[in-house]
Parts: sequence; structure tokens; C-alpha cells
Amino acid sequence: MTLANPSDFDGNLQPQGWLRYLSFSLDHKVIGLQYLVCGFIFYLIGGALAGVIRTELISPISDFVSRETYNEVLTLHGTVMIFLWIVPVVNGAFGNYLIPFYVGARDMAFPRLNAVAFWLIPPAGILLISSYFIAGAAAQSGWTAYPPLSLTTPAAGQVVWILSVLLLGGSSIFGGINFIATILKLRRPGLKLMMLPMYCWAMLGTSILVVLSTPVLAGTLILLSFDIIAHTGFFNPTMGGNVVVYQHLFWFYSHPAVYIMVLPAFGLVSEILPIHARKPLFGYTTMVYSIMAIVFLGLIVWAHHMFTSGTPPWMRLFFTIATSFIAVPTGIKFFNWLATLWGGKIALNSAMLFSCAFIVNFVFGGITGVALAQVPFDIHVHDTYFVVGHFHYIVYGGTVFVIFGSLYHWHPKFTGRLLNEDLGRLHFLLTFVGFNLCFAPQHWLGLNGMPRRVAEYDPAFTTLNQVSSVGALLMAISTLPLLINVVVTAINGKEAGDNPWNALTSEWLTSSPPPVENWHGEAPLVTEPYGYGQHPEEKA
Amino acid sequence: MTSTTPLQDSVAIEAGHGPAGEGHGDFRLFGLATFLVADGMTFAGFFAAYLTFRAVNPLPEGGIYELELLLPTINTVVLIISSFTFHRAGKECRAGQLGASRLWLAITGGLGAIFLAGQMVEYFNLPFSLTDNLFASTFYALTGFHGLHVTLGVICIAIVALQTRPGGRISASDHFGLEAAELYWHFVDGIWVVLYGILYLL
Amino acid sequence: MPIRTALAVLTATTALVLTGLWVGNNVNMLPLGASSNASTYDDLFKVLFSIGTVLFLGIVILLVYSLFRFRRRSGDVSDGLAIEGNLPLEIVWTAIPAVVVLFVGLYSYDIYERMGGMATLNDHMAMDHGAMQQVSVKEGDSAGRVWGGIGVAGIDAAPAGPVLPVEVTAMQFAFIFHYPGSDITSGELHVPAGQQVELRMEARDVIHAFWVPQFRLKQDVIPGQPTVLSFTATRAGTYPIICAELCGPYHGGMRSNVVVHEPDAYDNWLQQNTPNRTTT
Repeated sequence: MTLANPSDFDGNLQPQGWLRYLSFSLDHKVIGLQYLVCGFIFYLIGGALAGVIRTELISPISDFVSRETYNEVLTLHGTVMIFLWIVPVVNGAFGNYLIPFYVGARDMAFPRLNAVAFWLIPPAGILLISSYFIAGAAAQSGWTAYPPLSLTTPAAGQVVWILSVLLLGGSSIFGGINFIATILKLRRPGLKLMMLPMYCWAMLGTSILVVLSTPVLAGTLILLSFDIIAHTGFFNPTMGGNVVVYQHLFWFYSHPAVYIMVLPAFGLVSEILPIHARKPLFGYTTMVYSIMAIVFLGLIVWAHHMFTSGTPPWMRLFFTIATSFIAVPTGIKFFNWLATLWGGKIALNSAMLFSCAFIVNFVFGGITGVALAQVPFDIHVHDTYFVVGHFHYIVYGGTVFVIFGSLYHWHPKFTGRLLNEDLGRLHFLLTFVGFNLCFAPQHWLGLNGMPRRVAEYDPAFTTLNQVSSVGALLMAISTLPLLINVVVTAINGKEAGDNPWNALTSEWLTSSPPPVENWHGEAPLVTEPYGYGQHPEEKA
Repeated sequence: MTSTTPLQDSVAIEAGHGPAGEGHGDFRLFGLATFLVADGMTFAGFFAAYLTFRAVNPLPEGGIYELELLLPTINTVVLIISSFTFHRAGKECRAGQLGASRLWLAITGGLGAIFLAGQMVEYFNLPFSLTDNLFASTFYALTGFHGLHVTLGVICIAIVALQTRPGGRISASDHFGLEAAELYWHFVDGIWVVLYGILYLL
Repeated sequence: MPIRTALAVLTATTALVLTGLWVGNNVNMLPLGASSNASTYDDLFKVLFSIGTVLFLGIVILLVYSLFRFRRRSGDVSDGLAIEGNLPLEIVWTAIPAVVVLFVGLYSYDIYERMGGMATLNDHMAMDHGAMQQVSVKEGDSAGRVWGGIGVAGIDAAPAGPVLPVEVTAMQFAFIFHYPGSDITSGELHVPAGQQVELRMEARDVIHAFWVPQFRLKQDVIPGQPTVLSFTATRAGTYPIICAELCGPYHGGMRSNVVVHEPDAYDNWLQQNTPNRTTT
């Protein structure tokens, strides 16, 4: 066996300093941070779009932007937030940064593919946003792009949207392949699967979903683009096409997409809680099986998005039962997290605040989710603001809270400096209050008759919509302490040392920030990543 | 735990940054196989759409489902044979017989080209065109998407065949390109068999 | 476990369950109910709301309690208890959600059946209700095939009487209601209280959805794929019909009304609006 000469590594031939973050770097840590920063920029863009929506909804009439623009904005908001913020960050950013550490490797299995996967994202995002300015009109048919609406709205914008989502889907698939190969094949000798930190399992499950479901979306969008460009009739009822088939294919990806967004968050929380509670992760084995059960069930529940479409009764019944049962493995995970906290020595810092708020928000969203899985319940609230409230509790209250928590937790690893706790707590407070103010009232609105994706509504709903908009404003303000914190910390932050949390997982067993190939010598073999309280003699 | 493996033997060191820059061949084949699973899911989506259309969306007056069977059947046989010839090429290569390997690769590529030609002949003789009706659209989408894969495969075969020339990248010990192309080719064949089954026989 | 702890846990659990039941039964989150489904639906809602409240409050209380009780005192650098798991405990919290979910699933299945949701759709039911003139939904290629919806009004509805069929056409951005029995075309839906109404719906351009919050009913209206929605209105009044599927720029403005009349008043409306009633 020959040892690769470190100087052969492409990283050394590439720009150093901050410039490498703009380069085609092959270093997984650089790529991870590229994903993070790029995703955060798109978060700000998507947030601005949400601001337009909430401003429009302050009054019950359509008075802020034109109706077409409103539909463009809601389409872009959904697409940007899902495909350019949450999926890339919770998978790409943290996955790329952490997984090679966790498996004891020096990089991902395919560094070049990794860089390609990242560099597909900025062009796709710019393409998507620019369609608003260049193509005359951006897509107006929602992030779901249901035909025949997507066939009748301005074609150029819709085609650009499809192209962009295909690029992002490709990026996601490349990333998924890389994670599977890295986790299964690149593990350090002696590191068995059942010794891996939970985030590895979450990413393995997520990547399986990505590889199995994203291509179906790609194929579907290709057919949709044929309908638009070549005037075929796959989904065009005037040509004998079937619009419901599109929905099945779309949701075959887009329901698993929810798990692609939340499973990694589950993984990240499983890393954060034990460290700050100084306790082993409770029920490691059941946690692993839960993830795999969610992956399996997640693939067979898509039609619960279609209970009011043209679906026969038996199909509604099957998907109700299958969907409800996802609550079981998910419930196991939440009880295990609570048990992890029980009897610990909990440091309630910003990372923990966000992680614990995630539990609160996600439980709320999960309960409304089980309700939504029930056909008769769903028939009333489908496509209403109840659903909007529900999924924001899942993806924002769940995943985005975890992303913020993870930022506070791993920032010292990324930069060697601890983020300011006071600003962090302020950030948390604003986000938590703003988020709940924004989305909790939406459940009532939906139950009482406000459909989603509307620019105008029954004047009786004005007050709660204004409350919701105030919440959105607080959420917008909440990014300021975060941004200030990152800048202030970069200038004058507290030195973190290599392992500020006294953690046992392997990314903390090297310097912070880590060297180019991660380890200063041999990669450590961490057989018990959650072995807190077990070896008191080593703690001296 | 059990691991006392010294650093020098650690996969973690070696993988990723060998001279080829992309790590160990094994991983690349594994990665390709994973990609093919994904690619297969694209086809699965198309198949599901086609079968659903066929089950629930009746054709308009005068539309036909019936397809000429002779040519596609010949094409199927051609493609299946090409899988065996590619397998043979791989075997020769691993045995160090690069010349023989190149010959078998040429035969495989030729068979692939024959398949594509047959597909073209079929296209030009069909009584319907892309936008005639749902069946026609789906037929062209499925066979076209598969044909694209075959075309890509033939190009790969040509490149690999060139690389087996003396001084080329492929040798008896280092033949990732050939193995990757072979795996891909078998995949494309397998997809065709399913496609032939549901499109022509069903 | 000391007896006092056990008692405390028991008391807390009981209080929690009682709170949940109280909240589920007394906090009204829903609009007025105006169809026979509404009360069925509201029963389900109360059950889900109670269970949800118990679970949510229980977990949040447990979480906040843990965060307070097990907070790290300053200067304490020791670790917590090295508990890696507890199989019986994990079995318990696998079993409890499984049982709850199974119960909820079966119960909502029952509700759905009571709402008429499990009736077969494709043997077009209107054919059996011989009293009415037989009109297929639309002269579609699929010869009256119905692709989704609710075939019969719930069993909680009064079963007597003929079914009133109404053809619904949805288009950007309006609903058009056609009464095949009396050849009335209207932009508003007028129905009598107490009689089962069967909406046969098809869209002309893109997907729309027919939603009346006070009926607790919604069904997509799809181009090329007829759907059906059956209900029995129970309370006279005017209620909004809302399009719930994004259908274009004026989606938010795509609204109409359903006017539920007392049977006599409905007959009046019918007479006044039937075209050609003076001829012959």
C-alpha cells in the first residue's frame, strides 16, 4: 500500500484563505461551508419572498403586488426554500462537513463529484431567480407545478423552473450517491455500522430516499417539459392525458422530500442533545431502526397529498393507515430524545434552545400531521392554511430550528471561535416567538375557511393574518442578531479551543478548524460516540 | 475494539486521493451502481406512468396499441447478445488479451449500432407520431429515453475500445473504464427487456 | 419507584388527560356546521384534538421539566447518568403510539364510512336513484366514469327522498351550476335542506377544488376526470364556496355561495328560476 503524498492532494494546488470558498475545491469541509453559505443566501432570498407574501396578506384584498406576481412569488418562495436552502444545507452542508469525520476518512468517497454537486446549485438558483426578470414571467403554478395549470401559465418561466429543479435534483442525487458510498465503503477499519453517530444513519436513510425518489421527479418534469415544449399530452386532458398521474409521480418524490428535509435534522439533534446533556443517546438501536422504518414508510405514503384528487376509496384508506404509522417510529425518536435529556446535566445554550424548541415545534407539526393523514379530516383542511401551518411547523419549526442550533453547535468547529451566547439567545427568542406567532394562527384560519395560495381572503380573517404577518416580521428581524453574531465572532470571537463542548464524536477529536485532511495523524476509532458518563476516570 | 490496523493500511488514508484523484476503483463501481439504481427509478417512473395511462386512459377513435413485433424482437435479441459479447470483452481484458478484448468491444458496439439503426427504422415506419395520442407520446418517450442510453453506451464502448489499444489507459490490471461501461451496458439491456415486455408484449 | 412519585405521576397523567378531554370538547376551532357531515366530522375533530392536546402538553411539560430539573449547575463538569437505553421502556413508547395510531386510524375509517366516503364510485350511483332523470356527468370519453369523491351523503343524513343531481362546471375563475332536472343554470348553488345533493363535477381548464367549510367537504374538480360530491345540507343559510386548488391569478377571488333553503323556499326558487315555465 502506498501512502498518497499529501502534496499530491488537489487542495494544496488550490487557492488558500477565503478565496478557496469561491473555488472548485475538493475539500469536503470547504464544500460543506460553501453549501452552508450559499444556502443561507438563498434563505434570505426566500425569506424576502415570504415577506412579500405576508405583506400582501396584511389586508384581505389583493393590493400589494399583482396577482400574477403573487403567484410567481409563492412559487419561487416554495422552490427556493426547499431546493436551495433546506435540502442543500441540512444534507449538503452538514453532511459534507461531518460525515467524513464520523466515518474516520480524509474526505468524501468522490471529492470531484462532490464539488460538481455543489457547483450545480448556484447556477440553478440564479437561473430560477432570474426567470423572474429574464423569461418575462417566472413560474406561477406553485412549487407543485400541477398540470394543466403549469401548461397554461407562461411557458418560458415554467421551463426555466423545470430546468432549475432538474439541475438541483441532479445535485441532490450526486450528493446522495456520495453519502451512501462514503458511509458504507469509506469507513475507517474497525468502525462498524452500529458504532456510527446517528447523523450517519440519518444521512444514509436520506440518501437512500434521494436516490430512489428524486429520479422519479426528474422523469416527471421531463415529461411535463415535453408537454410544454413539444405539445405532447401526457398531462394535458384536452389531448387525452391524465393530470392525476402527474400528482402521483410528483408526490412519489415530494413526500419523501419531506423526510429528506427532516431526517438529517433528526440526526443533527441526536448529535447535539447528548453532548450538551452529558448523557449517552438513549436507545441507539431503536433510533437506527426508526430511521429505516421512516425511510421505508416514507416511500409508500405519497397519495395522502391527494385525498381530494381523483383517488378511489381503497387508495385513500391504504394511504391513511400507512401515513399514520409513520407516527410510531417518529414517536420513538422523540421519546428517546426526552429520555436522553432525563437525568442529564443540561447546558441550556443556544444550540440546546434551538434543539429543544425543535422538539416542541415538531411534536406540534407531527400531531397535526397525524390528523391530516386521516382522510375525513384532510378532506376539510386539504389545501388550506391549516396545511401551510402544518408543514411550516415541520420544515421551519423542525428543520430550520435544527439548522440554527447546529450552527451554534458546530460554529467553533468551522472557525475555531464560539458564537456569542447573548446574541444567540436573542436570535432564538425572536425566532421562536416570531415563528409561533406567524404559523400557529394559520391552523385556525385553515379550519375556518382560508385556502392556501390566495392573495385575497374573507375580511373576517384579517386580524389573524395581521398577527401572522407580525410574526413573519419578527422572523425577518431574527436574522439580524445571527448575522451580527457571525460577523462579531469572526472579528473578535471567543477562542473555542479544539473541543469546547468536551464531546466524544470524532469531528471534535482534531483541531478546530481541522487541517486539510482532517486528522493530524491516524483517524481516531470512536466506538462509542455517545459514551458520556461511562469512563469517569478518563475525564480527569 | 478489534481494530489495530496501522495507518498505512487504512482505507481512509488511501481512498479519495490516489493518483487518479478519485479514490479506489471499487468505490467508483459502487457509485456507478448506485447511480444506476437512481437511473432505473427514472425508468420505473416512466413505466408506472405508461401502465397507468394504459389502464385508465382510453385511446381516442382510431388510436392503436398494436405494434409490429418482428423488428423489436430482433432488436431485443441483438441487445441480449451484445451483453454476452461485452462480458466476453471484459474477460479477455482481465486475462490480458487486450486485442481480443478490443475485437469483442467492437462487436458489442456494432450490435449497439444495429439496435439503434433498427430503432430508427421502426420510428420511420410507425403509423403514429409523437403528439398523436397518449400512447404514441409515451411510446416515443420510453423508447427515446432508452435509445439515448444506448447511444451513450455505444459512445462509451467506442472510447473504451480506443483505450484498450497499446499505450491506452486500460490494461489487464487497470480497467475501471471497461468495467463501468460493462455494468452500464448490462443495465441498459435489462431496462430494454422490461421495456420490450410492457411496451410490445403487454 | 417510591409510592409518592408513583402517585404524583398518576395524578399528573390524570390531570393531563382530563385537560385534553376538556380542551377537545370545549375549545371550538371550527366554523358553523351546516351539513349532515359536519357533526360527524366534528366528532372526529374532538377526538383528534383531545389526543393531540394530551400528547403535546405531555411532551412539552416533560421537556420543560427535564430542562429545569436536570439543568447543569454552574461549576459542575461531571457527566449525567450513563443510561444507554431501556428495552421495556422503549417497548412501552413504541406500543402506546402504535395503539393510539391504530385507534385513530380505525376511528377515522369509521367516520369516513359514515360520511359516505367508502361507497363505490364507478357504478354510477345516480342510475339507481331512479326518481331522477338520468344524466351522466359529462359526455366524456370514459362514459361516466367517476374518478373520485364522495358517492353518497353520510348515513347520518336523512335517507328518505330522491337525490338532487347538480352538474358543476369549474373554470377560471367561476363555478357554474346546472340543474339537469329543471334546466336551470346558476352561478350560485341553491339546495334544499334535508335532501341529498349529488354534485357531478368537471373542470373546463385547470384543476379547481370545490370547498364549503361549513359542510366540511372538499373535492378537486379536475379537467377530463369527473368527480362527485354528495352531501345533505341541514341548516338554512348562505355559505361560501371556495376554490381550494391554485388555478391562476384570480384563484383567491374564485368564490361563490351555496344557499341552503328550507324545502318550501327551495321549491319557490326552483319555480321562479326554471326557464320556459310559462310556455306550454
